[in-house]
Amino acid sequence: MDLVELKALAAAEQAKFKPVRVNCCTSTGCQAAQSLEITKNLAKAVKDRGLGDRVEVVGVGCMGFCGRGPLVQISTDDQLFEAVTPDQAAGIIASLDGGSTDAEVGDVNHPFFSRQFHIVRKNSGKINPDRIEDYIASGGYQALYKALFELSPDEVVTEITQSGLRGRGGGGFPTGVKWATVAKMPEGQKYVICNGDEGDPGAFMDRSVLESDPHLVLEGMAIAAYAVGADHGYIYVRAEYPLAIDRLNKAIKQAKKYGILGSQIFDSPFDFKIDIRIGAGAFVCGEETALIHSIEGKRGNPRTRPPYPAQDGLMHCPTLINNVETYANIATIIEKGADWYSQIGTEGSKGTKIFALTGKIRNNGLIEVPMGITLREIVEEMGGGVPDGTIKAVQTGGPSGGCIPAHLLDTPVDYDSLTKVGSMMGSGGMVVMDQTTSMVEVAQFYMDFCREESCGKCIPCRAGTVQLHSMLTRLLAREATAADLETMAALCAMVKEMSLCGLGMTAPNPVLSTLNYFRSEYEELLQPMPARLQNSAVTAS
Amino acid sequence: MSITTLKINGQDVVTESGKTVLDAAKEAGVAIPTLCHLEGVSEAAACRLCAVEVKGTPKLLPACVTPVSEGMEVETNTPKLQDYRRMIVELFFAEGNHVCSICVANGNCELQDVAIEVGMDHSRFSYRFPDRGVDLSHPMFGIDHNRCILCTRCVRVCDEVEGAHVWDVGNRGEACYIVSGMDQPWGEVSACTACGKCVDACPTGSIFRKGTTTGEKAGDRAKLEFLVNARDKQEWSR
Repeated sequence: MDLVELKALAAAEQAKFKPVRVNCCTSTGCQAAQSLEITKNLAKAVKDRGLGDRVEVVGVGCMGFCGRGPLVQISTDDQLFEAVTPDQAAGIIASLDGGSTDAEVGDVNHPFFSRQFHIVRKNSGKINPDRIEDYIASGGYQALYKALFELSPDEVVTEITQSGLRGRGGGGFPTGVKWATVAKMPEGQKYVICNGDEGDPGAFMDRSVLESDPHLVLEGMAIAAYAVGADHGYIYVRAEYPLAIDRLNKAIKQAKKYGILGSQIFDSPFDFKIDIRIGAGAFVCGEETALIHSIEGKRGNPRTRPPYPAQDGLMHCPTLINNVETYANIATIIEKGADWYSQIGTEGSKGTKIFALTGKIRNNGLIEVPMGITLREIVEEMGGGVPDGTIKAVQTGGPSGGCIPAHLLDTPVDYDSLTKVGSMMGSGGMVVMDQTTSMVEVAQFYMDFCREESCGKCIPCRAGTVQLHSMLTRLLAREATAADLETMAALCAMVKEMSLCGLGMTAPNPVLSTLNYFRSEYEELLQPMPARLQNSAVTAS
Repeated sequence: MSITTLKINGQDVVTESGKTVLDAAKEAGVAIPTLCHLEGVSEAAACRLCAVEVKGTPKLLPACVTPVSEGMEVETNTPKLQDYRRMIVELFFAEGNHVCSICVANGNCELQDVAIEVGMDHSRFSYRFPDRGVDLSHPMFGIDHNRCILCTRCVRVCDEVEGAHVWDVGNRGEACYIVSGMDQPWGEVSACTACGKCVDACPTGSIFRKGTTTGEKAGDRAKLEFLVNARDKQEWSR
């Protein structure tokens, strides 16, 4: 297939689209709320009403407003129906034909939608993720074609470097630098890995991308492989995402059929195949060296870096490892150019970031926003604020991040600003807490998570998280003293600096940030000092 | 042989390029505490005791896997490192059941040595008192998991020097333990050659010869280094 044929196919597929497309979300969340049955009922209603020649029902990926799912959207006027039930399907179709419906109509002009900027989610909720033809119709795989035939591998790397894209897995390492390192390694076997082991509590951005637009990730990986000189890629997806795995499998198979993956892609000398590896439920396997060990069939333990995977990775070959969302940005950067991309976002953080907005907030769901937007805009305008009461804190970055108090809500969302206030970008979890939330309990929850998920290799993380958790538990039982609080802070510092991998290094962050901003809550829980000691303390000072 | 010059605690040190900071320090007579490091087998960098400060690097680096580089300035014993090492040893003691007075390795235990070295006389952390069990199914040896510090020296020595790979790590986090064979009783593992290298490698009293009583276990750590050296360089005299 060449570009002319690819474009012809895209046009032919576009022409096959019926004038009205009724999109129904079929991602995991909405499926759990019977969206498959809704899709079936919608299709049946179209048939019953004899609208088959101008209306089609499409099972699409995530539309983002997950808190109000299942969602049904009409393509012609963007009308959005929220919290649809299977028996409302017939009414929705009737409304296209002059009838009326009792289904709840959402406000698509709400800031939740209007403040978003879609790069990664450009096709999510618009195309059928099970059909490569839908992806091609929306211009898919043309960026790969452009990379292969118009750009040299070096030029692709330069483009990515100039775009300013940084790793979306949380660390924020400049993607172009990573690519350049792998590309510069001597020729020979190299690998490309996509890290889809999303494990932060409350985060589901990568799942949504994989479920809604798997080809976008495949295209990004193929461009990456061409740029660094790899011919084999792995997507590591956690076993808890069966639908994502299923859709990826289908997508890979379809891409192979069209000659877009496999040998001699687009009849060029470039070969690239992708295999899926399924994680067995260990959070630490999201750490790149542990993930590589896991793909190799070994115990998912991290190792010290350097050497970095770019030099010594999978099977000791140079390996490029990026997150799902990072790869999902690539095709657009190649298509529209680095200059276009680098206009979006802030000086140090370019592009957009998807967040999973959850917790005590009106509008739950996935949002893709340009970097530099403030937390207040996200939480209060887009999220609609806390249902009753006021915001106390926003937790970003999952168990590696921290809690940002309400008075810092004007912090812009970018890598450096979030780190400055003691949290981090992380993979994109954003949990909103109101005044009823106990920050010590929050810290205990995350510490329990880290304790459970520590691989056990290095002692600071293995035993340190256990001790921190038990100290927090004692504190909540009002059995801790002021001295314990001091020991806890000292232990946090040690675990942070002495642990082997990122899990341990960031595990104390939830405690440190809450201790920093909400110290009074910790002090209120201290064991009351016996009266006679209180007196002596006064005398001593 | 190319050489590298560096500074360790202000002292000028010349060493072979490619060596680790730990090796260079040892040559220069600077002691850095270690537990998971064992001459002759690969590094795990798991005990973190050998962490050192390197000028120009914000992170603490484990000396056992950090190669020397020209002009490097290493500090091995700053107050912060002393503090952190002590805390790590406290964590080790609080995590398992380490009661020196009734241990086979009393007086010949690396954990005990390190505790004395870093001045750990009590633990600020609560003792976990785990019930991890003892496996006495092997005819010659026993393993007391309560005394295990998960340094994985036995795992590495059995895999890399003996080539039997009897040991591995099972489970994760605080529930980690050393498994024999396919998580069988040690005595039933047919791969075990009863060579005793794991006994010699064990830094504590966790793996021991049957019949040894309190304070009688004397591991022969140098034997492993000798064996590896002998195989590599054909030097078979000790």
